[in-house]
Amino acid sequence: MEIPYTVKARPDTGLFNAKVGIWLFLASEVMLFGGLFSSYIFLRVAADDSAWPHGLLNIPIGTFNTAVLITSSVTVVLAWASLKLGNFKKFRMYQSVTILCALGFLGIKSIEYKDKFTHYEIWKTNGERMTGHIEGSPWFWDTETLRQKNMQELTFHPDPKFYFTPKVKHAGGASGEEHGAKHEAVKVPVSQIKRLSAYVPAHSTYFGIYFTLTALHALHVLAGAIVIAALWGPLAKMWRTEPERFTNRIEVSGLFWHFVDLVWIFLFPVLYLL
Amino acid sequence: MSNAHTQAQPHPHTHSAAAVQAHAHDVAKHVKVYIAVFLGLLAGTVATVAMYYVHLDSVPLTITIALFIATVKAFLVAGFFMHLISEKKTIYAILLATAFFFAGMMYLIVWGRDEVPRGTQYWEGRNVQLPVDKTR
Repeated sequence: MEIPYTVKARPDTGLFNAKVGIWLFLASEVMLFGGLFSSYIFLRVAADDSAWPHGLLNIPIGTFNTAVLITSSVTVVLAWASLKLGNFKKFRMYQSVTILCALGFLGIKSIEYKDKFTHYEIWKTNGERMTGHIEGSPWFWDTETLRQKNMQELTFHPDPKFYFTPKVKHAGGASGEEHGAKHEAVKVPVSQIKRLSAYVPAHSTYFGIYFTLTALHALHVLAGAIVIAALWGPLAKMWRTEPERFTNRIEVSGLFWHFVDLVWIFLFPVLYLL
Repeated sequence: MSNAHTQAQPHPHTHSAAAVQAHAHDVAKHVKVYIAVFLGLLAGTVATVAMYYVHLDSVPLTITIALFIATVKAFLVAGFFMHLISEKKTIYAILLATAFFFAGMMYLIVWGRDEVPRGTQYWEGRNVQLPVDKTR
């Protein structure tokens, strides 16, 4: 059975069906991300200033990742334009760059995540708090881990600067505003640790919404990259038999990719800069 | 963007030489626009980050400027890369419905912001004893 309107425009919509389909799907995506953005706004507005961390994300890395995603967006549209001009070789070249950018974005995001999973905050029983790294950079430790390992003390490398503004009393050997303090290891008795948490969703509301938004976005990047790679590789043979239909498929996958870029355009300033 | 970008186009091999040339010229013209938009997006990113390091005194002003730049960038992507500046009515209708439901969702959330679940610590302030419901 032949699928109708894969190439020709449907008379009532003026579009081939897949294009209407992708826009309906993107409409549902707007609602999904819109709901999460509204959650972010309410969590942020309701949070006390001292309970919303600032400066915990790496801005140069985030900026670079933004540039990577923007580059992939332009290569997607150039790949499609190349097919319109009948230049399959150029299409493959541009989409290769797109796939590399997608993998680069996910790789950089993974490095950022890893940095968070090995970065810790300690709440001490006397009310002091400090952030930094545990000796050996273990992943995902929490208060329960210390009990399970039956540890007596923790070797901790405190950050020179605490993240709260106004600052909370910092037990890391340096007060909040002191830059360039040494990262000397301190021994913290486990009996003095009220709570230990890595920068994971359980750490705070901020990291809860940060990981929800960025992980969902990263899943979209991964899904888009898989589709683009499939159209670059095994599905590209359609170009020889049905070039117009193949071009339409590239356009549809490109629309999804641009949407992923659009979401990041808002995520970046909201999470990294504000 | 012309309708050449919104409709399924016959492959150039099936066109006359003149039509193919005109089509190629049209697409080539758009490629220049895509490159200009790309540069604009990079410039917008640099401007947003630069604003962070400038440290404006007013937080609302900082948020407004950052979101304004993000909106301009979003317009560039949606308008040119996604060809929304010259699309078919069907797509505008889909987007209009999306905007309606999105605005409705945001309105409902704002409307319900002060509605907190009865029986929790947030009900009329913390640690308030709730009246006993004698109907149960």
